[in-house]
Amino acid sequence: MFWDETHETLPRPDLERLQLQRLQETVRRVFARVPFYQRKFNDLGLTPEAIRSLADLRRLPFTTNADLRANYPAGLLAVPYDQTLRLHTSSGTTGKPKALFFSRQDVNNAAELCARAFIATGVRAGDVFQNMMTYGMFTGALVTHYGAEKVGCLVIPAGPGNSERQVMLMRDFGSTVIHLTPSYALYLATFLEKHGVEPRRDLQLRKAFVGAEPYTEETRRKIEEGLGLDVYNSYGLSEMNGPGVAFECEQKQGMHLWEDHFLVEILDPETDEPVPEGQSGELVLTTLCREAMPLLRYRTRDVTALITAPCACGRTHRRLHRITGRADDMLILRGVNIYPQQIERVLMAQPGIGRNYLIELTGLDEMTVKVELAEAGFGGQVEQLIALQKKLAEKLRAEILCKPTVQLVPPGDLPVSEGKAKRVVDRRQL
Amino acid sequence: MNAVKLVAVFAENKPGQTARVTRILAHANLNIRWVTIASVGAFGVMKFLVDNAQLAYEALKHEGYVTTLLEVLAVEVSDQPGALHAVAECLAFHQINLENTSGFVANQRAILVLEVSDLARAREILQQQNLRVLTREEMLTL
Ligand SMILES: [Zn+2]
Repeated sequence: MFWDETHETLPRPDLERLQLQRLQETVRRVFARVPFYQRKFNDLGLTPEAIRSLADLRRLPFTTNADLRANYPAGLLAVPYDQTLRLHTSSGTTGKPKALFFSRQDVNNAAELCARAFIATGVRAGDVFQNMMTYGMFTGALVTHYGAEKVGCLVIPAGPGNSERQVMLMRDFGSTVIHLTPSYALYLATFLEKHGVEPRRDLQLRKAFVGAEPYTEETRRKIEEGLGLDVYNSYGLSEMNGPGVAFECEQKQGMHLWEDHFLVEILDPETDEPVPEGQSGELVLTTLCREAMPLLRYRTRDVTALITAPCACGRTHRRLHRITGRADDMLILRGVNIYPQQIERVLMAQPGIGRNYLIELTGLDEMTVKVELAEAGFGGQVEQLIALQKKLAEKLRAEILCKPTVQLVPPGDLPVSEGKAKRVVDRRQL
Repeated sequence: MNAVKLVAVFAENKPGQTARVTRILAHANLNIRWVTIASVGAFGVMKFLVDNAQLAYEALKHEGYVTTLLEVLAVEVSDQPGALHAVAECLAFHQINLENTSGFVANQRAILVLEVSDLARAREILQQQNLRVLTREEMLTL
Protein backbone atom coordinates (compact mmCIF):
# COMPACT_ATOMS: atom_id res chain seq x y z
CA MET A 1 0.00 0.00 0.00
CA PHE A 2 1.16 3.51 -0.81
CA TRP A 3 0.46 6.99 0.47
CA ASP A 4 1.31 8.68 -2.82
CA GLU A 5 1.51 5.84 -5.32
CA THR A 6 2.05 8.07 -8.36
CA HIS A 7 5.18 9.67 -6.99
CA GLU A 8 6.49 6.70 -5.04
CA THR A 9 6.43 4.39 -8.06
CA LEU A 10 7.26 6.89 -10.78
CA PRO A 11 9.32 5.15 -13.51
CA ARG A 12 12.94 6.32 -13.34
CA PRO A 13 12.90 8.32 -16.61
CA ASP A 14 9.81 10.22 -15.46
CA LEU A 15 11.30 10.69 -12.01
CA GLU A 16 14.47 12.10 -13.52
CA ARG A 17 12.51 14.45 -15.74
CA LEU A 18 10.66 15.70 -12.71
CA GLN A 19 13.93 16.08 -10.80
CA LEU A 20 15.48 18.17 -13.54
CA GLN A 21 12.46 20.39 -13.79
CA ARG A 22 12.46 20.92 -10.01
CA LEU A 23 16.21 21.43 -9.86
CA GLN A 24 16.05 24.13 -12.54
CA GLU A 25 13.23 25.83 -10.70
CA THR A 26 15.16 25.70 -7.41
CA VAL A 27 18.30 27.07 -9.03
CA ARG A 28 16.39 29.94 -10.62
CA ARG A 29 14.77 30.79 -7.31
CA VAL A 30 17.91 30.83 -5.18
CA PHE A 31 19.78 32.80 -7.84
CA ALA A 32 17.02 35.40 -7.88
CA ARG A 33 16.41 35.58 -4.13
CA VAL A 34 19.35 34.43 -2.01
CA PRO A 35 22.38 36.75 -2.09
CA PHE A 36 24.59 33.99 -0.69
CA TYR A 37 23.91 31.79 -3.73
CA GLN A 38 24.06 34.74 -6.12
CA ARG A 39 27.61 35.42 -4.95
CA LYS A 40 28.58 31.78 -5.25
CA PHE A 41 27.14 31.56 -8.78
CA ASN A 42 28.92 34.73 -9.80
CA ASP A 43 32.21 33.47 -8.39
CA LEU A 44 31.82 30.33 -10.49
CA GLY A 45 30.69 32.29 -13.54
CA LEU A 46 27.49 30.28 -13.46
CA THR A 47 23.93 31.26 -14.42
CA PRO A 48 20.76 29.21 -13.86
CA GLU A 49 20.53 28.60 -17.63
CA ALA A 50 23.71 26.53 -17.43
CA ILE A 51 21.83 23.74 -15.65
CA ARG A 52 20.49 21.72 -18.58
CA SER A 53 20.70 18.17 -17.30
CA LEU A 54 20.96 16.37 -13.99
CA ALA A 55 24.65 15.87 -14.69
CA ASP A 56 25.03 19.65 -14.46
CA LEU A 57 24.28 19.32 -10.75
CA ARG A 58 28.00 18.90 -10.27
CA ARG A 59 28.62 22.43 -11.50
CA LEU A 60 26.63 23.86 -8.60
CA PRO A 61 28.35 25.12 -5.45
CA PHE A 62 28.28 23.16 -2.19
CA THR A 63 26.51 24.36 0.92
CA THR A 64 28.17 23.46 4.20
CA ASN A 65 27.43 23.48 7.85
CA ALA A 66 29.61 26.57 8.14
CA ASP A 67 27.57 28.35 5.46
CA LEU A 68 24.42 27.76 7.45
CA ARG A 69 26.02 29.17 10.59
CA ALA A 70 27.48 32.13 8.74
CA ASN A 71 24.06 32.98 7.34
CA TYR A 72 22.36 32.69 10.72
CA PRO A 73 19.67 33.72 11.38
CA ALA A 74 17.81 34.35 8.12
CA GLY A 75 20.43 34.84 5.39
CA LEU A 76 19.38 31.84 3.32
CA LEU A 77 15.69 32.65 3.10
CA ALA A 78 14.17 32.52 -0.37
CA VAL A 79 10.78 33.87 0.72
CA PRO A 80 9.91 37.04 2.62
CA TYR A 81 10.29 36.62 6.38
CA ASP A 82 6.57 37.07 6.94
CA GLN A 83 5.82 34.10 4.69
CA THR A 84 7.65 31.68 6.95
CA LEU A 85 5.51 29.52 9.14
CA ARG A 86 7.83 27.60 11.40
CA LEU A 87 11.37 27.82 12.74
CA HIS A 88 13.49 24.85 13.73
CA THR A 89 17.10 24.84 14.75
CA SER A 90 19.52 22.01 14.35
CA SER A 91 21.10 20.37 17.33
CA GLY A 92 24.48 21.99 17.05
CA THR A 93 26.96 21.06 19.74
CA THR A 94 29.01 24.22 19.54
CA GLY A 95 28.37 27.89 18.82
CA LYS A 96 25.23 29.26 17.20
CA PRO A 97 22.65 26.78 16.00
CA LYS A 98 21.58 26.49 12.40
CA ALA A 99 18.20 28.11 11.75
CA LEU A 100 15.82 26.31 9.41
CA PHE A 101 12.67 28.00 8.16
CA PHE A 102 9.59 26.31 6.81
CA SER A 103 6.86 27.84 4.67
CA ARG A 104 3.31 26.47 4.82
CA GLN A 105 4.11 24.31 1.80
CA ASP A 106 7.33 23.08 3.45
CA VAL A 107 5.47 22.05 6.62
CA ASN A 108 3.00 20.18 4.49
CA ASN A 109 5.66 18.52 2.32
CA ALA A 110 7.67 17.35 5.31
CA ALA A 111 4.53 15.76 6.76
CA GLU A 112 3.72 14.18 3.36
CA LEU A 113 7.11 12.49 3.22
CA CYS A 114 6.66 11.14 6.75
CA ALA A 115 3.19 9.91 5.84
CA ARG A 116 4.64 8.05 2.84
CA ALA A 117 7.20 6.45 5.12
CA PHE A 118 4.71 5.43 7.80
CA ILE A 119 2.37 3.82 5.28
CA ALA A 120 5.34 2.04 3.70
CA THR A 121 6.06 0.30 7.02
CA GLY A 122 2.46 -0.75 7.53
CA VAL A 123 1.24 2.01 9.84
CA ARG A 124 -2.42 2.81 9.23
CA ALA A 125 -5.10 5.26 10.30
CA GLY A 126 -6.17 4.17 13.77
CA ASP A 127 -2.70 3.33 14.98
CA VAL A 128 -1.67 5.00 18.23
CA PHE A 129 1.61 6.81 17.69
CA GLN A 130 3.61 7.59 20.83
CA ASN A 131 6.23 10.11 19.88
CA MET A 132 9.21 9.99 22.23
CA MET A 133 11.45 12.37 20.35
CA THR A 134 12.23 15.76 21.79
CA TYR A 135 9.60 18.35 20.97
CA GLY A 136 10.69 21.93 20.58
CA MET A 137 13.30 23.40 18.31
CA PHE A 138 14.51 19.98 17.22
CA THR A 139 12.75 18.71 14.06
CA GLY A 140 12.61 15.08 15.24
CA ALA A 141 9.27 15.15 16.99
CA LEU A 142 7.15 17.83 15.33
CA VAL A 143 7.72 16.78 11.75
CA THR A 144 6.77 13.16 12.42
CA HIS A 145 3.91 14.37 14.59
CA TYR A 146 2.37 16.10 11.59
CA GLY A 147 3.10 13.10 9.38
CA ALA A 148 1.39 10.66 11.74
CA GLU A 149 -1.63 12.96 12.02
CA LYS A 150 -1.82 13.07 8.24
CA VAL A 151 -2.01 9.28 8.15
CA GLY A 152 -4.79 9.40 10.73
CA CYS A 153 -2.99 8.10 13.80
CA LEU A 154 -3.81 9.16 17.32
CA VAL A 155 -0.58 10.96 18.20
CA ILE A 156 0.66 11.07 21.78
CA PRO A 157 3.27 13.85 22.04
CA ALA A 158 5.07 12.20 24.95
CA GLY A 159 8.56 13.52 24.32
CA PRO A 160 11.56 11.58 25.64
CA GLY A 161 12.41 10.36 29.12
CA ASN A 162 10.37 9.58 32.20
CA SER A 163 10.13 5.92 31.35
CA GLU A 164 7.51 5.14 33.96
CA ARG A 165 5.16 7.63 32.37
CA GLN A 166 5.99 6.28 28.89
CA VAL A 167 4.95 2.80 29.94
CA MET A 168 1.81 4.15 31.60
CA LEU A 169 0.86 5.93 28.36
CA MET A 170 1.54 2.77 26.36
CA ARG A 171 -0.70 0.74 28.62
CA ASP A 172 -3.50 3.25 29.05
CA PHE A 173 -3.82 4.36 25.43
CA GLY A 174 -2.75 1.17 23.69
CA SER A 175 0.18 2.65 21.79
CA THR A 176 1.01 0.59 18.71
CA VAL A 177 3.78 2.68 17.17
CA ILE A 178 6.66 4.48 18.87
CA HIS A 179 9.27 6.88 17.58
CA LEU A 180 12.51 7.24 19.52
CA THR A 181 16.30 7.20 19.44
CA PRO A 182 18.16 3.88 19.48
CA SER A 183 19.84 4.64 22.80
CA TYR A 184 16.54 5.40 24.46
CA ALA A 185 15.00 2.30 22.89
CA LEU A 186 17.72 0.15 24.44
CA TYR A 187 17.27 1.89 27.76
CA LEU A 188 13.53 1.34 27.60
CA ALA A 189 14.00 -2.36 26.86
CA THR A 190 16.10 -2.67 30.01
CA PHE A 191 13.57 -0.64 31.93
CA LEU A 192 10.69 -2.94 30.92
CA GLU A 193 12.69 -6.00 31.85
CA LYS A 194 13.60 -4.55 35.22
CA HIS A 195 10.00 -3.70 35.98
CA GLY A 196 8.61 -7.04 34.89
CA VAL A 197 6.74 -5.65 31.88
CA GLU A 198 6.62 -8.25 29.10
CA PRO A 199 5.90 -6.11 26.03
CA ARG A 200 4.39 -8.94 23.96
CA ARG A 201 1.94 -9.71 26.75
CA ASP A 202 1.37 -6.38 28.45
CA LEU A 203 1.62 -3.85 25.63
CA GLN A 204 0.31 -3.51 22.09
CA LEU A 205 3.44 -2.16 20.44
CA ARG A 206 3.89 -3.24 16.81
CA LYS A 207 6.41 -0.90 15.29
CA ALA A 208 9.17 1.46 16.26
CA PHE A 209 10.73 4.15 14.15
CA VAL A 210 14.25 4.45 15.37
CA GLY A 211 16.51 7.20 14.19
CA ALA A 212 18.32 10.48 14.95
CA GLU A 213 21.46 8.53 15.83
CA PRO A 214 23.23 5.98 13.69
CA TYR A 215 22.97 2.40 14.95
CA THR A 216 23.79 -1.10 13.85
CA GLU A 217 21.81 -4.16 12.73
CA GLU A 218 22.73 -5.81 16.04
CA THR A 219 21.19 -2.89 17.90
CA ARG A 220 18.07 -3.21 15.77
CA ARG A 221 17.78 -6.86 16.74
CA LYS A 222 18.28 -6.07 20.43
CA ILE A 223 15.56 -3.43 20.31
CA GLU A 224 13.18 -5.70 18.42
CA GLU A 225 13.81 -8.46 20.92
CA GLY A 226 13.58 -6.24 23.99
CA LEU A 227 10.49 -4.28 22.99
CA GLY A 228 8.72 -7.02 21.04
CA LEU A 229 8.15 -5.09 17.84
CA ASP A 230 9.50 -4.36 14.36
CA VAL A 231 12.11 -1.64 14.10
CA TYR A 232 12.32 0.53 11.01
CA ASN A 233 15.36 2.61 10.34
CA SER A 234 14.93 6.17 9.23
CA TYR A 235 17.21 8.95 8.19
CA GLY A 236 16.77 12.65 8.34
CA LEU A 237 18.49 15.82 9.33
CA SER A 238 17.16 19.19 10.33
CA GLU A 239 18.79 20.85 7.34
CA MET A 240 16.62 18.65 5.10
CA ASN A 241 13.29 19.07 6.98
CA GLY A 242 14.24 16.64 9.71
CA PRO A 243 12.94 13.06 9.71
CA GLY A 244 11.44 11.54 6.59
CA VAL A 245 14.27 12.11 4.13
CA ALA A 246 14.79 8.37 3.81
CA PHE A 247 12.83 5.57 5.42
CA GLU A 248 12.74 1.82 5.33
CA CYS A 249 9.76 0.05 3.81
CA GLU A 250 8.45 -3.29 5.10
CA GLN A 251 11.37 -5.05 3.38
CA LYS A 252 13.80 -3.50 5.92
CA GLN A 253 16.53 -3.53 3.28
CA GLY A 254 17.75 0.04 3.20
CA MET A 255 15.93 3.35 3.34
CA HIS A 256 14.10 4.75 0.33
CA LEU A 257 15.26 8.29 -0.21
CA TRP A 258 12.43 10.40 -1.61
CA GLU A 259 14.11 11.40 -4.82
CA ASP A 260 11.31 13.62 -6.07
CA HIS A 261 12.15 15.90 -3.10
CA PHE A 262 15.89 15.44 -2.75
CA LEU A 263 18.68 14.96 -5.26
CA VAL A 264 21.25 12.59 -3.88
CA GLU A 265 24.99 12.38 -4.43
CA ILE A 266 27.53 10.17 -2.70
CA LEU A 267 30.93 11.81 -2.86
CA ASP A 268 34.40 10.91 -1.80
CA PRO A 269 34.95 13.37 1.10
CA GLU A 270 38.57 13.85 0.10
CA THR A 271 38.24 14.51 -3.62
CA ASP A 272 34.57 15.60 -3.84
CA GLU A 273 34.24 13.21 -6.79
CA PRO A 274 31.30 10.79 -6.99
CA VAL A 275 32.19 7.35 -5.65
CA PRO A 276 31.66 4.31 -7.87
CA GLU A 277 28.09 2.99 -7.69
CA GLY A 278 27.33 1.24 -4.42
CA GLN A 279 30.39 2.46 -2.56
CA SER A 280 30.51 4.49 0.64
CA GLY A 281 31.01 8.20 0.73
CA GLU A 282 29.60 11.42 2.08
CA LEU A 283 25.92 11.96 1.44
CA VAL A 284 25.24 15.27 -0.31
CA LEU A 285 21.65 16.42 -0.78
CA THR A 286 19.91 19.11 -2.78
CA THR A 287 16.36 20.09 -1.91
CA LEU A 288 13.98 20.03 -4.88
CA CYS A 289 10.71 21.23 -3.39
CA ARG A 290 11.72 23.46 -0.53
CA GLU A 291 10.22 26.90 -0.68
CA ALA A 292 11.46 28.88 2.32
CA MET A 293 15.02 27.69 2.43
CA PRO A 294 16.24 25.69 -0.55
CA LEU A 295 19.74 24.25 -0.16
CA LEU A 296 22.04 23.23 -2.98
CA ARG A 297 24.40 20.30 -2.53
CA TYR A 298 24.32 20.31 1.24
CA ARG A 299 27.16 18.30 2.72
CA THR A 300 25.54 16.15 5.39
CA ARG A 301 28.85 14.74 6.74
CA ASP A 302 27.04 11.40 6.98
CA VAL A 303 28.78 8.42 5.48
CA THR A 304 26.60 5.93 3.60
CA ALA A 305 26.12 4.21 0.24
CA LEU A 306 23.30 3.98 -2.30
CA ILE A 307 21.47 0.77 -3.13
CA THR A 308 20.43 1.02 -6.77
CA ALA A 309 18.76 -2.39 -7.19
CA PRO A 310 14.95 -2.28 -7.42
CA CYS A 311 13.10 -2.96 -4.16
CA ALA A 312 10.47 -5.67 -3.83
CA CYS A 313 7.97 -3.11 -2.53
CA GLY A 314 7.70 -1.46 -5.95
CA ARG A 315 8.99 1.97 -4.97
CA THR A 316 11.35 3.32 -7.59
CA HIS A 317 13.25 5.64 -5.27
CA ARG A 318 16.74 4.38 -4.52
CA ARG A 319 17.71 3.32 -1.02
CA LEU A 320 20.35 4.45 1.42
CA HIS A 321 22.37 1.98 3.39
CA ARG A 322 22.42 2.34 7.13
CA ILE A 323 24.56 5.35 8.01
CA THR A 324 27.97 3.93 8.83
CA GLY A 325 29.24 7.01 10.58
CA ARG A 326 29.09 10.74 10.88
CA ALA A 327 32.12 12.23 9.29
CA ASP A 328 32.18 14.47 12.40
CA ASP A 329 31.90 11.64 14.94
CA MET A 330 34.94 10.02 13.54
CA LEU A 331 37.75 9.89 16.03
CA ILE A 332 41.37 9.38 15.27
CA LEU A 333 43.36 7.14 17.56
CA ARG A 334 47.03 6.56 16.86
CA GLY A 335 46.45 7.80 13.34
CA VAL A 336 43.60 5.39 12.62
CA ASN A 337 40.13 6.66 11.69
CA ILE A 338 37.51 5.08 13.92
CA TYR A 339 33.74 5.43 13.97
CA PRO A 340 32.02 4.69 17.29
CA GLN A 341 29.56 2.55 15.34
CA GLN A 342 32.32 0.08 14.56
CA ILE A 343 32.85 -0.41 18.27
CA GLU A 344 29.15 -0.69 18.90
CA ARG A 345 28.86 -3.38 16.25
CA VAL A 346 31.45 -5.54 18.00
CA LEU A 347 29.93 -5.02 21.44
CA MET A 348 26.37 -5.76 20.35
CA ALA A 349 27.46 -9.04 18.76
CA GLN A 350 29.00 -10.29 22.00
CA PRO A 351 26.74 -12.26 24.33
CA GLY A 352 27.01 -11.64 28.05
CA ILE A 353 27.28 -7.90 27.97
CA GLY A 354 24.71 -5.16 28.30
CA ARG A 355 23.53 -2.44 25.99
CA ASN A 356 25.23 0.62 27.37
CA TYR A 357 28.83 1.50 26.61
CA LEU A 358 31.24 4.40 26.76
CA ILE A 359 34.40 5.08 24.80
CA GLU A 360 36.99 6.98 26.83
CA LEU A 361 40.05 8.48 25.24
CA THR A 362 42.70 9.16 27.82
CA GLY A 363 46.37 9.79 28.39
CA LEU A 364 48.44 10.33 25.31
CA ASP A 365 46.42 8.24 22.89
CA GLU A 366 44.73 5.46 24.80
CA MET A 367 41.24 4.10 24.43
CA THR A 368 39.20 2.44 27.12
CA VAL A 369 35.88 0.90 26.20
CA LYS A 370 33.61 0.56 29.19
CA VAL A 371 30.75 -1.82 28.77
CA GLU A 372 28.16 -3.15 31.14
CA LEU A 373 28.28 -6.77 32.20
CA ALA A 374 25.00 -8.65 31.86
CA GLU A 375 23.92 -11.51 34.08
CA ALA A 376 24.30 -13.97 31.21
CA GLY A 377 28.00 -13.14 31.09
CA PHE A 378 28.62 -13.70 34.78
CA GLY A 379 29.62 -17.10 36.04
CA GLY A 380 30.85 -15.89 39.40
CA GLN A 381 34.54 -16.17 38.56
CA VAL A 382 36.96 -13.30 38.20
CA GLU A 383 38.98 -15.30 35.69
CA GLN A 384 36.01 -15.58 33.31
CA LEU A 385 35.53 -11.83 33.42
CA ILE A 386 39.15 -11.18 32.62
CA ALA A 387 38.88 -13.62 29.72
CA LEU A 388 35.77 -11.82 28.47
CA GLN A 389 37.57 -8.48 28.59
CA LYS A 390 40.49 -9.92 26.67
CA LYS A 391 38.24 -11.48 24.07
CA LEU A 392 36.41 -8.20 23.50
CA ALA A 393 39.69 -6.29 23.24
CA GLU A 394 40.87 -8.74 20.59
CA LYS A 395 37.65 -8.48 18.60
CA LEU A 396 37.84 -4.71 18.76
CA ARG A 397 41.41 -4.76 17.60
CA ALA A 398 40.36 -6.78 14.57
CA GLU A 399 37.69 -4.19 13.77
CA ILE A 400 39.38 -0.86 14.52
CA LEU A 401 43.05 -1.86 14.20
CA CYS A 402 43.97 -0.47 17.63
CA LYS A 403 43.75 -2.54 20.78
CA PRO A 404 41.72 -0.76 23.42
CA THR A 405 41.46 -1.59 27.10
CA VAL A 406 38.08 -3.14 27.78
CA GLN A 407 36.58 -2.63 31.19
CA LEU A 408 33.47 -4.40 32.38
CA VAL A 409 31.32 -2.30 34.67
CA PRO A 410 28.15 -3.05 36.62
CA PRO A 411 24.85 -2.14 34.93
CA GLY A 412 23.73 1.38 35.67
CA ASP A 413 27.30 2.53 36.16
CA LEU A 414 27.63 4.40 32.88
CA PRO A 415 25.88 7.71 32.37
CA VAL A 416 22.50 7.07 30.76
CA SER A 417 20.85 9.75 28.80
CA GLU A 418 17.24 9.23 27.96
CA GLY A 419 17.72 11.10 24.70
CA LYS A 420 20.85 11.09 22.61
CA ALA A 421 23.56 9.04 24.24
CA LYS A 422 27.02 10.44 24.66
CA ARG A 423 29.28 7.60 23.64
CA VAL A 424 32.68 9.21 23.43
CA VAL A 425 34.53 11.11 26.14
CA ASP A 426 37.82 12.60 25.03
CA ARG A 427 40.20 13.33 27.90
CA ARG A 428 43.41 13.01 25.96
CA GLN A 429 46.25 15.33 26.85
CA LEU A 430 47.46 15.86 23.32
CA MET B 1 22.09 -34.22 48.79
CA ASN B 2 21.55 -30.48 48.92
CA ALA B 3 24.61 -28.77 47.50
CA VAL B 4 25.99 -25.73 49.26
CA LYS B 5 25.24 -22.57 47.34
CA LEU B 6 27.11 -19.30 47.31
CA VAL B 7 25.78 -16.08 45.93
CA ALA B 8 28.36 -14.27 43.78
CA VAL B 9 28.16 -10.55 43.01
CA PHE B 10 29.96 -8.47 40.43
CA ALA B 11 30.97 -5.09 41.81
CA GLU B 12 33.28 -2.27 41.09
CA ASN B 13 36.49 -2.12 43.04
CA LYS B 14 35.55 1.11 44.78
CA PRO B 15 35.32 2.13 48.43
CA GLY B 16 31.93 1.43 49.91
CA GLN B 17 30.97 -1.35 47.50
CA THR B 18 31.27 -4.13 50.08
CA ALA B 19 29.29 -2.07 52.55
CA ARG B 20 26.53 -1.49 50.00
CA VAL B 21 26.24 -5.18 49.22
CA THR B 22 26.27 -6.30 52.85
CA ARG B 23 23.67 -3.65 53.68
CA ILE B 24 21.34 -5.13 51.05
CA LEU B 25 21.84 -8.58 52.55
CA ALA B 26 21.21 -7.25 56.04
CA HIS B 27 18.01 -5.55 54.91
CA ALA B 28 16.85 -8.89 53.56
CA ASN B 29 17.49 -10.35 57.04
CA LEU B 30 20.22 -12.59 55.74
CA ASN B 31 23.05 -13.82 57.87
CA ILE B 32 26.44 -13.86 56.28
CA ARG B 33 28.22 -17.03 57.35
CA TRP B 34 31.28 -16.59 55.28
CA VAL B 35 32.59 -14.28 52.57
CA THR B 36 35.41 -14.12 50.04
CA ILE B 37 36.32 -11.19 47.85
CA ALA B 38 38.53 -11.38 44.77
CA SER B 39 39.35 -8.15 43.01
CA VAL B 40 41.35 -7.56 39.90
CA GLY B 41 41.92 -4.06 38.62
CA ALA B 42 38.70 -2.11 38.40
CA PHE B 43 36.29 -4.81 39.51
CA GLY B 44 35.85 -7.63 41.92
CA VAL B 45 33.67 -10.59 42.69
CA MET B 46 32.29 -11.11 46.18
CA LYS B 47 30.98 -14.49 47.23
CA PHE B 48 28.79 -15.00 50.23
CA LEU B 49 27.54 -17.99 52.09
CA VAL B 50 24.23 -16.90 53.57
CA ASP B 51 21.36 -18.78 55.16
CA ASN B 52 19.19 -18.33 52.04
CA ALA B 53 21.18 -17.98 48.84
CA GLN B 54 18.14 -17.70 46.59
CA LEU B 55 16.76 -14.81 48.64
CA ALA B 56 20.16 -13.08 48.59
CA TYR B 57 20.31 -13.51 44.83
CA GLU B 58 16.90 -11.93 44.38
CA ALA B 59 17.61 -9.05 46.76
CA LEU B 60 20.85 -8.17 44.98
CA LYS B 61 19.33 -8.54 41.54
CA HIS B 62 16.49 -6.27 42.58
CA GLU B 63 19.06 -3.61 43.48
CA GLY B 64 20.53 -3.88 39.99
CA TYR B 65 23.55 -6.04 40.75
CA VAL B 66 24.84 -8.64 38.35
CA THR B 67 24.75 -11.75 40.46
CA THR B 68 24.67 -15.51 40.17
CA LEU B 69 24.40 -18.62 42.33
CA LEU B 70 27.32 -21.01 42.54
CA GLU B 71 27.20 -24.59 43.73
CA VAL B 72 30.26 -25.49 45.74
CA LEU B 73 31.56 -28.37 47.80
CA ALA B 74 32.09 -27.83 51.49
CA VAL B 75 34.48 -30.45 52.83
CA GLU B 76 35.42 -30.99 56.43
CA VAL B 77 39.10 -31.79 56.88
CA SER B 78 41.23 -32.36 59.89
CA ASP B 79 42.53 -29.11 61.30
CA GLN B 80 46.20 -29.84 60.65
CA PRO B 81 48.97 -29.07 58.14
CA GLY B 82 48.70 -30.79 54.78
CA ALA B 83 44.93 -31.19 54.80
CA LEU B 84 44.32 -28.88 51.86
CA HIS B 85 47.21 -30.36 49.99
CA ALA B 86 45.75 -33.84 50.28
CA VAL B 87 42.41 -32.72 48.89
CA ALA B 88 43.97 -30.77 46.04
CA GLU B 89 46.22 -33.67 45.10
CA CYS B 90 43.38 -36.13 45.11
CA LEU B 91 41.27 -33.94 42.80
CA ALA B 92 44.21 -33.26 40.52
CA PHE B 93 44.83 -36.99 40.26
CA HIS B 94 41.30 -37.40 38.92
CA GLN B 95 41.79 -34.42 36.61
CA ILE B 96 39.21 -32.24 38.28
CA ASN B 97 39.94 -28.58 37.96
CA LEU B 98 39.96 -26.63 41.19
CA GLU B 99 38.74 -23.17 40.24
CA ASN B 100 38.78 -21.61 43.66
CA THR B 101 39.50 -22.74 47.14
CA SER B 102 39.09 -21.08 50.46
CA GLY B 103 38.71 -22.31 53.96
CA PHE B 104 37.77 -21.36 57.45
CA VAL B 105 37.57 -22.81 60.89
CA ALA B 106 34.36 -22.78 62.86
CA ASN B 107 33.92 -24.37 66.28
CA GLN B 108 37.22 -26.20 65.90
CA ARG B 109 36.07 -27.68 62.60
CA ALA B 110 38.14 -26.92 59.50
CA ILE B 111 36.03 -26.43 56.38
CA LEU B 112 37.28 -26.15 52.82
CA VAL B 113 35.04 -24.48 50.25
CA LEU B 114 35.84 -25.82 46.80
CA GLU B 115 34.68 -24.53 43.45
CA VAL B 116 35.33 -27.30 40.99
CA SER B 117 34.64 -28.06 37.35
CA ASP B 118 32.70 -31.28 37.95
CA LEU B 119 30.86 -31.04 41.20
CA ALA B 120 29.21 -34.47 41.25
CA ARG B 121 32.37 -36.37 40.44
CA ALA B 122 34.45 -34.38 42.89
CA ARG B 123 31.97 -35.17 45.64
CA GLU B 124 32.12 -38.86 44.85
CA ILE B 125 35.90 -38.90 44.86
CA LEU B 126 36.19 -37.01 48.11
CA GLN B 127 33.65 -39.25 49.78
CA GLN B 128 35.62 -42.29 48.64
CA GLN B 129 38.56 -40.76 50.50
CA ASN B 130 36.40 -40.75 53.62
CA LEU B 131 36.16 -36.99 53.66
CA ARG B 132 32.95 -35.50 54.95
CA VAL B 133 31.12 -33.42 52.33
CA LEU B 134 28.67 -31.16 54.15
CA THR B 135 25.10 -30.61 53.09
CA ARG B 136 23.62 -27.14 52.90
CA GLU B 137 21.84 -27.67 56.20
CA GLU B 138 24.98 -28.88 57.95
CA MET B 139 26.94 -25.97 56.59
CA LEU B 140 24.43 -23.47 57.95
CA THR B 141 24.36 -25.00 61.39
CA LEU B 142 28.09 -25.19 61.98
ZN1 LIG C 1 11.00 -0.86 -0.61
